[in-house]
Amino acid sequence: MPTTETLSLNHDADVLVALKNVHLSFGDNKVLKGVDLRVRRGDAVSIIGPSGSGKSTLLRCINGLLRPERGEIRVGETAVHRLQSESELIALRKRIGFVFQQYNLFPHLSVLENILIAPTRILGKDRGETEREARELLARVCLEHKADAYPGQLSGGQQQRVAIARALAMHPELVLFDEVTSALDPETVGEVLAVIRELVKDGLTCILVTHEMRFAEEVSHEIVFTEGGEIVEQGIPAQIFHNPVNARTRSFINALAG
Amino acid sequence: MAIDNVIPASCSARIRWWAAPSPILLWFLALGAAWLLLYVFYAETITILINWLPLLGRGLLMNVLISVLAMAIGTVLGLVVGALELSPLGWVQSPARGYVQIFRNAPLLVLIFFTTYVFPFEVKIAGQYLPFPDWFKATIGLALPASAHIAEIFRGAVQSIPTPQWEASSSLAFTRSQTLRWIILPQCVKRALPPWMNLYAMITMSTTLASLVGVTELLEAAKNASNTVNRTDFTILVYLSVLSLFFVYCYPITRLTRRLEKRFAYH
Repeated sequence: MPTTETLSLNHDADVLVALKNVHLSFGDNKVLKGVDLRVRRGDAVSIIGPSGSGKSTLLRCINGLLRPERGEIRVGETAVHRLQSESELIALRKRIGFVFQQYNLFPHLSVLENILIAPTRILGKDRGETEREARELLARVCLEHKADAYPGQLSGGQQQRVAIARALAMHPELVLFDEVTSALDPETVGEVLAVIRELVKDGLTCILVTHEMRFAEEVSHEIVFTEGGEIVEQGIPAQIFHNPVNARTRSFINALAG
Repeated sequence: MAIDNVIPASCSARIRWWAAPSPILLWFLALGAAWLLLYVFYAETITILINWLPLLGRGLLMNVLISVLAMAIGTVLGLVVGALELSPLGWVQSPARGYVQIFRNAPLLVLIFFTTYVFPFEVKIAGQYLPFPDWFKATIGLALPASAHIAEIFRGAVQSIPTPQWEASSSLAFTRSQTLRWIILPQCVKRALPPWMNLYAMITMSTTLASLVGVTELLEAAKNASNTVNRTDFTILVYLSVLSLFFVYCYPITRLTRRLEKRFAYH
């Protein structure tokens, strides 16, 4: 399962996401200072690092919510940094799922409608077929009995599982998880992580920004440690967590362990 | 509004034993009882008042007509102006902002005088002369400030929807206009409805201003009746009936608004 960075660089055909020298700043605040990253199809890559190191910003660049000032971003054949029109961005986002820290479900729609609205209205799929699939997805996240509930009636963990089902209903080839357990109660974190674990096992390409170190170590094919808008170190979980080369990585990991 | 929400929660237990029937019913019962009591003491005057009731009723219908029409025109116009206010383009946004500021900061009565004396009494459309009656001019005079308020209500509702809703929609490949139509606007209806109804009650009560430009609405009808009968006790009773009629029309609107506010407070 684990691969090294050099290996992945040599298998270009397998690479789904590639970032090259990506720069982005908000005003005077330089958030990304030349990020290079490659994610292979079917891999789960976890991005860890202290708050404010640009992890969430990085995810938002990949699906075009934010536009880098410099550098290249490729998702499959698409050059994301060159996309101009809304329709080009739409085409990209149909292929990429995004799960947010605050779930961001649509509060005026039932759980089922939250899942159905994008496939039926955006992709124009048949409603009957999509609804059957949506119920299967709900069963997969153990919420089939909540199809008619509204987001406000669910716990945080339940809402987040609906949000994951909503992203999956679009059949994305890549899903971005942005600190999806950070807003949850400790006792509901597990149920969300269990769902993600299954997705990774099924071979879905995932990029996770997370503070759940043990989970990251368990499911990831590769760990990326960022600090101050740069990638400090990346490698297989065993290396990053137990034998980090870089001194900054070591102090971050040790601080967590202590 | 926040206070309205707090009070019933804190004293609901105390109120419940007698407020089991709806407050609207209680108020109407009290009003009926008060009039019955008046009848006991002023039977003769009230008989005169009853003769005038059809005229007063027609007057009230005029108030209802003006208020409904003013709100209808104001809502359509307000949604357009509010949408323009939300435009990121400065040259679209600034005139809309200007419109809102002008009509929100003008006294209603001045606007009614303005529309009454500025507009012609008839307009020529395709060779036909169409009358432009005073009551319709007064309606426009109320529709203009209503539209400015509704533009602000609409703009506020759209901007109160958290930006992550836009982000989530974008990530699901919605276009900007699809997000607005399917995600933002449906959530705005709930937020905008209570202030919209507040405005409706306010505009309804302001329709009495139309009496000052000669529109025969309820207040004008009452004045005519009072002048004709020319009796102090009748004058008191006729204005009391005007107050009662407005209360009967406006209080249920206020109640409904408060109920909606409470129901939507959790979203």
